[in-house]
Amino acid sequence: MIRHLLSGADLDADTAIQILDTAAEMAAVSGREVKKLPALRGRTVVNLFYEDSTRTRISFEAAAKRLSADVINFSAKGSSVAKGESLKDTALTLQAMGADAVVVRHPASGAPHRLADWVDGSVVNAGDGTHEHPTQALLDAYTMRSRMGRLAGLSVAVVGDVLHSRVARSNVLLLSTLGAKVTLVGPPTLIPVDIAAALAPGTAVCYDLDAVLPSTDVVMMLRVQRERMGDSYFPSAREYARRYGLDGARMRRLPEHAIVMHPGPMNRGMEITPEVADSPRSTIVEQVTNGVSVRMAVLYLLLGGNNR
Amino acid sequence: MACPPAAHPSPPRQPSVKVILTSAEVQRVVDRIAHQILEKTQGAADTVLLGVPTRGAPLARRLAERINAFEGTAVPVGVLDITLYRDDLRRNATRAVGPTQVPPGGIDGMRVILVDDVLFSGRTVRAALDALSDLGRPSSVQLAVLVDRGHRQLPIRADYVGKNIPTALAESVKVTLAETDGVDEVRLYGEAALS
Repeated sequence: MIRHLLSGADLDADTAIQILDTAAEMAAVSGREVKKLPALRGRTVVNLFYEDSTRTRISFEAAAKRLSADVINFSAKGSSVAKGESLKDTALTLQAMGADAVVVRHPASGAPHRLADWVDGSVVNAGDGTHEHPTQALLDAYTMRSRMGRLAGLSVAVVGDVLHSRVARSNVLLLSTLGAKVTLVGPPTLIPVDIAAALAPGTAVCYDLDAVLPSTDVVMMLRVQRERMGDSYFPSAREYARRYGLDGARMRRLPEHAIVMHPGPMNRGMEITPEVADSPRSTIVEQVTNGVSVRMAVLYLLLGGNNR
Repeated sequence: MACPPAAHPSPPRQPSVKVILTSAEVQRVVDRIAHQILEKTQGAADTVLLGVPTRGAPLARRLAERINAFEGTAVPVGVLDITLYRDDLRRNATRAVGPTQVPPGGIDGMRVILVDDVLFSGRTVRAALDALSDLGRPSSVQLAVLVDRGHRQLPIRADYVGKNIPTALAESVKVTLAETDGVDEVRLYGEAALS
């Protein structure tokens, strides 16, 4: 078993499938009378969040608690980070407290990799800059597999701001490992040149959403990050919505069985209309539920044995 | 200066294998346990059989099938994976988690009979009891095993025993079943020096 989860590329197909299978068993726990397992009793998981995040932090916290681990939440606001403590000194502090795992979100791409050199425990990347977010990719793969019954051979369109999206990067890496065919869709300004070849050969790029819809099994809409809207990657929010937003008319052009995903938080009316977000094809709420199961699986597989 | 004595080759050791139960005997033993369950539970009403993987699961299915054949009682069968409740998790590499299947009726207020192939230290059963209490509240819990080989490390005993096999600690008991291994058999492996 791997020791850290830093990138979607850390997982080979067997390990990824093992995580998804374990997550399926973890999901059964949430339907039980006692929603808790003793597997990580006496282990300490630190949530180290340098960026605001509600759903990812809560999801990791719920996952660790359901496995009986002790959870310490550390957010940069109101901590010694605000007084200027470096990542390394914070890491050494966590190390001294005996953290068995550090779940880290950081605005700088690559911060979790640095952290992994400084602490003895396992490091889980919960989103670093515009780089990667591997547990999001795992929960997306889990959701696709449970809805579509398979991953191999699925056509997945990842639509929107690929340039700034760690969700897109991790998904391309993981989904191609698992045999899905990924197409990146968005305005040319938001899809880095050569990204497809750099991440995973076989990934396609298309600038026309309407052209890919009829042959797509899964549409994954990315959030348009509001803070980027002033950066002239596209002329106006309305034009973006018209060309790359998923509305009811576009959804009806998808095959009958296709599903619509979104990692959240959504900009309703921008990349996705309420009609689509609330339709039975949307898996947005399921993705949140599955997130806890997948993160339980990741924490168990990293911390459950003596993998040191 | 004396050279170290040449190492004597240790006497060749060869694991001894003894078949304790043959295929026909395994089937007879399962039949007998099914009868005993019917007798002790007065017809196996409100009873659930939960097999502990790997080989407890097919054994539980067989027992249910035999009980149904003998008295026409349909006993719900499930599988109880105990991996996440083991007390030796962190002493080994991470173990894969298997499926747990609780019958649709649940286990609340039912008589649960845990089914396993070999009863040894009792730690598996301890883990199964913990897992069970997180799933619900059975009215009572019983234990059925194909083989009891002794050497308990916890105060646990079986209610139904297919065969008691006195063993030495160094020996091992291996149950194979048609469903998982192709053939029904119980073997005792020991290490016996050839004289």
